[in-house]
Amino acid sequence: MTKKLLEGSQGIAEAVALCRPQVIAAYPITPQTHIPQELADMVANGKLKAEWVNVESEHSAASVVLGASATGVRVFTASSSQGILLMSEVLFNIAGMRLPVVMVCVNRSVSAPLNIWNDQQDSISQRDTGVIQLYAEDNQEAADLVYQAYRIAEDHRVLLPVMVCLDGYVLSHAWETVDIPSQAQVDSFLPPFKPLYKLDPENPLSFMIQHTMEQSIGIIQNVAHDFEKTFGRPATAIIEEYQTHDATTILVGMGSMVSLFKEEVDQLRSQGQKVGVLKLVCYRPFPKEQLYQSLKGAKHIVVIEKATSLGFGGPVASELRSVFYGRPHQPAISGFIAGLGGRDITAETVKTALNKAHQHPVDTEYLDLRTDLELEGVSNPARQHKK
Amino acid sequence: MKEIRVHARAGQGAITTAMLLATAAFEEGKYALAFPNFGAERLGAPMNAFIRLDSQPIRKRSQVRNPDYVIVQDPTLVKDFDVTEGVPDNGIVIINTPTVTAQIKPRTQRIVTVPASLIAEDVMGRADRANTALLGAFAAATGEIKIESLIAAIRQRFPGPMGEKNVIALQRAYEFIKNDGEKDAK
Repeated sequence: MTKKLLEGSQGIAEAVALCRPQVIAAYPITPQTHIPQELADMVANGKLKAEWVNVESEHSAASVVLGASATGVRVFTASSSQGILLMSEVLFNIAGMRLPVVMVCVNRSVSAPLNIWNDQQDSISQRDTGVIQLYAEDNQEAADLVYQAYRIAEDHRVLLPVMVCLDGYVLSHAWETVDIPSQAQVDSFLPPFKPLYKLDPENPLSFMIQHTMEQSIGIIQNVAHDFEKTFGRPATAIIEEYQTHDATTILVGMGSMVSLFKEEVDQLRSQGQKVGVLKLVCYRPFPKEQLYQSLKGAKHIVVIEKATSLGFGGPVASELRSVFYGRPHQPAISGFIAGLGGRDITAETVKTALNKAHQHPVDTEYLDLRTDLELEGVSNPARQHKK
Repeated sequence: MKEIRVHARAGQGAITTAMLLATAAFEEGKYALAFPNFGAERLGAPMNAFIRLDSQPIRKRSQVRNPDYVIVQDPTLVKDFDVTEGVPDNGIVIINTPTVTAQIKPRTQRIVTVPASLIAEDVMGRADRANTALLGAFAAATGEIKIESLIAAIRQRFPGPMGEKNVIALQRAYEFIKNDGEKDAK
């Protein structure tokens, strides 16, 4: 293993290359661009023996990897934001055809208004496609989830696409230390892809995704366990519990903001507050039983998330509430939405959420909104009618 | 942990400034986190880059609000932005300018000026490539990073003649601050 100081996108590209994909197709979109750029360089320089297919859109990129995967080769694609949305139609097909496509979503907000910054609205909007979704806290985990994603996707008991999600800019454009394993290590962890069946018009197979999704939680855990044994560092492919053993309040989140939660929890613990963190890595399949067991002892659960189901509220908070429906333990579950469109999530954000939740349970509340801009732009009639 | 904020305009290489400083810290066995923040992706638009350096893995990924050090790559930003915002009393603000700027509000922080654009123009013929000279000034003024580590970082990221020119610009600015070139704009 070699420790390197890398941009998050480079770490992903190096991890993908070590997994020896045979066909790559991607269309550039901020902030995903550096990943296909690095991989295209590797292919052009002969460092990576893969077929690189230039395409005219994300719909085509997804269609190319669908077709290639159906013939029985290992594939890769990546996108963000509007690109993920353009892939959506194909993603349902990839999952329905049980193709082990591995893709990266560099999380970015969705238009309108046009915004290149990070939230998780793009991947969350694809939660019903049948694609397994794993969220990375830092660039080490993002790279590590790539190796695990191929193992999970290609497991004959799974055969579903896996989307590794990392926060745009916060991770994709951040330079930090990443441990890159040797080719031999990755080869021993990830043998060549052996398709269970190839494209066969005489005997088309698909379906049973819901059943497989439920089964795959155990398989994802086994892959993480194998990863730890092979690479000698922790892997958390379902959930990670941080200081939850005696916690009366547990913060729940996905992606890079979890690092900040841990920082805050260390501070609050030093002041005697029993606070912990539950990091949700695997959003689809939603690990209902693990979440129930990990969170049932708490009095307060405080979810902070970077996406919203418009007209309802936070997807993670609402799904978490359904986990507790009809069960004996009933912690108060508060839901906060923050960091939309790239708004910085700070220690103050976390403190505000905790204070509000401790006062009384919060159904849905948006934090750090610029209400001054709202007054200027939307609610001010004088401004609206200005010529 | 030491926190650094870079003020620049898009296209002036602030992301490279942050990346080189992080690479140099990595060379010294430290943990580093470097990341940008900007508005629109538009040449010339004001933007920031942030660096955190620590002996421990870095978990704080919010923007840097209380930097120990500030690097200002473009002196015209001083007019519209409070570059000393959030900087503690013992903090250091390094500004790329050939003159002592009167636009900085009097504060208790130390203000260091260096003619980084002039050095870059002289060495490379490109006044808009001031970032390596600024890193030389940063090393001399703060003592947070060894000049040898910065030279190694430049050679690693930019092997070849352009990298060597950047090494010269870095050394020139380093010497400028180390000798009597340091100005106090308070």
